[in-house]
Amino acid sequence: MAANPMSQFDVYRIGPEIKVGAFDISFTNASLFMIISTVSILLVFNFGSKRNSVLPNKMQLLAELSYTFVAKMISDTAGSKAKPYFAFIFSLFMFVLFCNMFGMIPYTFTVTSHIIVTFILASFIFIGVTIIGFIKHGFGYLKLFVPSGVPAVLLPLIVVIEIISYLSRPISLSVRLFANMMAGHTMMKVFGGFVISLGLVGGWLPLSFSVALTGLEILVAFLQAYVFAILTCIYLNDALNLHH
Amino acid sequence: MIKKIYFQSIFFSFLFFKEAFAAESGGMPQLNPEFWISQIFWLILTFGTMYVVLSKFILPKISNNLESRKSQILENIEAAEKQREDSEAKLKEYDEVILKSKSEAKTMFNQTREKALKDIMAKKEVLDQQIDNEINKAEKEIEVLKVSAPDKINKIAIETSSELLEKLIGSGVNNSSISAIVDDLSKRNGDKYYGN
Repeated sequence: MAANPMSQFDVYRIGPEIKVGAFDISFTNASLFMIISTVSILLVFNFGSKRNSVLPNKMQLLAELSYTFVAKMISDTAGSKAKPYFAFIFSLFMFVLFCNMFGMIPYTFTVTSHIIVTFILASFIFIGVTIIGFIKHGFGYLKLFVPSGVPAVLLPLIVVIEIISYLSRPISLSVRLFANMMAGHTMMKVFGGFVISLGLVGGWLPLSFSVALTGLEILVAFLQAYVFAILTCIYLNDALNLHH
Repeated sequence: MIKKIYFQSIFFSFLFFKEAFAAESGGMPQLNPEFWISQIFWLILTFGTMYVVLSKFILPKISNNLESRKSQILENIEAAEKQREDSEAKLKEYDEVILKSKSEAKTMFNQTREKALKDIMAKKEVLDQQIDNEINKAEKEIEVLKVSAPDKINKIAIETSSELLEKLIGSGVNNSSISAIVDDLSKRNGDKYYGN
């Protein structure tokens, strides 16, 4: 059981089975880590915003640097029109980042390594961005699928490709995050298993690999959260400033 | 390159643990829909709560903090700028005062010096005059003495020589003949001593 590198992704019920109608909404280890992540985000940013001194303490600095980091990311990619969506993108980035980072602690569960979680996030973004686009531009938003400066002969093909690429956005967005997290954690588990199976003599090589992978995975955890947030900004930019 | 190794090892790991997977239903736990609804429910609940709390309570506070810090820093910079200007003006004033007082001190010094010099000169003149007077007086006295001295000396010489002669010879000698000899001698020697 422990040797199976996929068993770390098992979802199991904690406590009794809760059913609402036909739906099973039991509290699971995934729910536990979602709650841990959100509560720690709220705690960090609550303590980071409580006192306002001119010379910030560590928590305040952390909160304010995160704030300015995300704010800069949004204004760089989506412009000033995206300001109302700042809170959502900030929450999204922090949620993905904290879930990824909590997954890096041994014996924890990585919420974002589940396709259903990332897919729900991505489809929410996709639907939201599409609605924003139609509200801002009406049916003019469909011009997104017709790039300017394309020969008329190629237009049908291009439009089809654009529509497919637009519709595949939630899939690419969700699969990117999920696959990265799953692959990384599986890799670490596999190398961990090698350390045990090769023993004291040959286990040092996979152990050193494991150490290097841990660093890499922390980088990936941050990077994927960043990519997730910045792609959301780019999609939002398409919806807000229609220039194709 | 790292990515390639990555995926290859994942692929091999899948091969390696084929037996283990075979024992489980579906292989990847992610594709097991048993807890999908639960995950969706808890995701919406937690993320929604977090979004609401962040957007309503925490983020406005952070933004407020940043704004107030920014404005405070700007204010401070403005105040510092003002103070700097003030201090520059004060410095200028101070320099002027120093310059002025320096020139004043210089003029005062010069005046005092001139006055002192004048005083000294005046005193010196007075003193010089006094000294000159004294010298003149002394010279005159000396003149008088010079004139009167040979007579007195002659008189004394006459008296002493007459007395000496009386004691040597035992009888009085004519005073007039002695005085004639003394006069003669003193005239000869007087030229030698007084140089007139």
